Amino acid sequence: MRPVDHAEASSHFIEATAHLEFHDRRLWDLRLKRDREAHGIAEWEELRNLASAIKEHTLSHLADYLEQFEAQAIKNGAHVHWARDASEHNQAVYDILAAHDAKTLVKSKSMLTDECEMRPFLETRGIKVIETDLGERIQQLDDEPPSHIVVPAVHKLRGDVSAVFARTIGSEPGNNDVHYLAEAMRQNTRPYFLRAEAGMTGANFAVAENGSFVVCTNEGNADLSANVPKLHIACIGIEKIIPKIEHLGVFIRMLSRSALGSPITQYTSHFRAPRPGAELHIVLVDNGRTQRLGMPDFWYSLKCIRCGACMNTCPVYRRSGGLSYGATYSGPIGIIMDPVFDIRKYSSLPYASTLNGSCTSVCPVKINIHEQIYKWRQIMTERNQLPLVKKEAIRIIGKVMSEPGLYRAAISATGLAIERLPRFAIYNWLNPWGRQREVPGTPKQSFRSWYLENRSRR
Amino acid sequence: MTSRDTILAAVQANQPAPVQLPEIPQFEQSARVLVEQFQEALVRMGGKLASFGDGYDLDTLVKSLFPDAKVICSATPEACGTRPLDQNATPASLADVDVAIVRAAFGVAETGSVWLSEDELQVNALAYLAQHLVVLLDPVRIVGNLHDAYSHPRFKTARYAVLVTGPSATADIEGVLIHGAQGVRSLTMLMVPI
Repeated sequence: MRPVDHAEASSHFIEATAHLEFHDRRLWDLRLKRDREAHGIAEWEELRNLASAIKEHTLSHLADYLEQFEAQAIKNGAHVHWARDASEHNQAVYDILAAHDAKTLVKSKSMLTDECEMRPFLETRGIKVIETDLGERIQQLDDEPPSHIVVPAVHKLRGDVSAVFARTIGSEPGNNDVHYLAEAMRQNTRPYFLRAEAGMTGANFAVAENGSFVVCTNEGNADLSANVPKLHIACIGIEKIIPKIEHLGVFIRMLSRSALGSPITQYTSHFRAPRPGAELHIVLVDNGRTQRLGMPDFWYSLKCIRCGACMNTCPVYRRSGGLSYGATYSGPIGIIMDPVFDIRKYSSLPYASTLNGSCTSVCPVKINIHEQIYKWRQIMTERNQLPLVKKEAIRIIGKVMSEPGLYRAAISATGLAIERLPRFAIYNWLNPWGRQREVPGTPKQSFRSWYLENRSRR
Repeated sequence: MTSRDTILAAVQANQPAPVQLPEIPQFEQSARVLVEQFQEALVRMGGKLASFGDGYDLDTLVKSLFPDAKVICSATPEACGTRPLDQNATPASLADVDVAIVRAAFGVAETGSVWLSEDELQVNALAYLAQHLVVLLDPVRIVGNLHDAYSHPRFKTARYAVLVTGPSATADIEGVLIHGAQGVRSLTMLMVPI
């Protein structure tokens, strides 16, 4: 498979100025709201430390906790299935649906089912799958993957949504009123909730202590998906386990505050046992997680609680859009997770970062995201996954930086070049730093020559 | 080997060196009156507070709040509604409910959330298929923060438990806040002692 070219894909996103400007502003607004919430809680940093330690403890005892969760879930009357990879997951879900003669599945948002590409798998086997989260449904109808793990259609403007709905669910063409569009989707989805034979949710957390799992939504669509049909299937990545109910306090206090800057999601729903007369099936999925658990530098990414704060704060993500990463997980967290799935395909992603460390600072479970991005760059270089232009540039920079005489000559030459060269020599395709920005002016004097003049004689 | 055993063996082989589980301390909490904190948080999350005088009748009060409602269903014996709620009703049969009335077990001051389970809801889907939700809460049954909430023993035993905080909401289109995305369009809180 051809590697994803993040820079090339971003250039298309950047061309749509109105979209770019809105995307950047909307996500930065989420970041500011997150800050206000975080600063409103005196123990915020302590909560981050706790959350990180609880996750690290769990991951370092994961086999025991998985077995405890399974035993409790079975005791609760749930059916537990295990899937090594995406295809086993999709097959397990299909088999459950087929055994219940279910033809329609209403589901709430689950990054895991996106990761497994479950929808096309089921649809080719005659199952109608209805995403019920508004953003995820917009993306489904537009045949695009989600561009953000929390707000899947954040890259679209109301006119785009209006056009998608007019084309697919028969809403009034040209009606761009957001209230009208949301109501049109509510009216369109409701009959599916009422007649679907099966409902599906993901899980934000799974509690080993009592075999329950927690789903956080603002729309209440997970509760409808789970509580209306007679069959509830929950797809859960094995890294979602936490030991006890009391630990939920730490995570729930931070999840929505980090994601959207709200104190909690409108619905925080805890599923332990099926309703009388209904069935609950839990599919526990590996799909590369055990492999990542064994990677000394990268297992920390399994602590992720999918809040998206690292995406909202990332200047590269905000100005390139999630789809440019060409992967289920985008933004800083995507950069460190995706190469585990396919190192060649995602070889350019570690460069979609300024390494400013903002992602690490906002992460509620203290994943060292920017350090991991840096480590992935080293791996890409070692494994010869760098594009030629970058490889050559890094080779030359390495040589220049290691020889002081060469470095000084280069610095003064650059200053002269920026002052004297005609624009076309600087702002051209060979110099990506000259795109979408003016190269800053150079100082009159380098630090070294200033130092030689003013200090070295003392 | 089954998938289960393969996964557990891989986890066992790959899991990092043991990290200790931390204790969660008691955090200092706001000295403000819990019911005030609760109400402020609830309004922020889009919930409404209804005020009423002494000697009110619950059914009359709900009717006056929702004059156009045709079907009112109550999951608490404190109100009759217009149609009795059958605990064994199929969830989909509640699709035409305009207003649902439930009594919450407790509230959370930090977030303005209320706790409901299958016992409070009778039919879980009631709180989602209805167009509007009215919640009764005893003002003395409010805990401080989410740590307090999660120490409630009913979390261990409820088949289904939910912290409901305001009405159904979405901001998935251009960040514009909409109430009534898929679930209830409004949530009205009545502070009524048991």
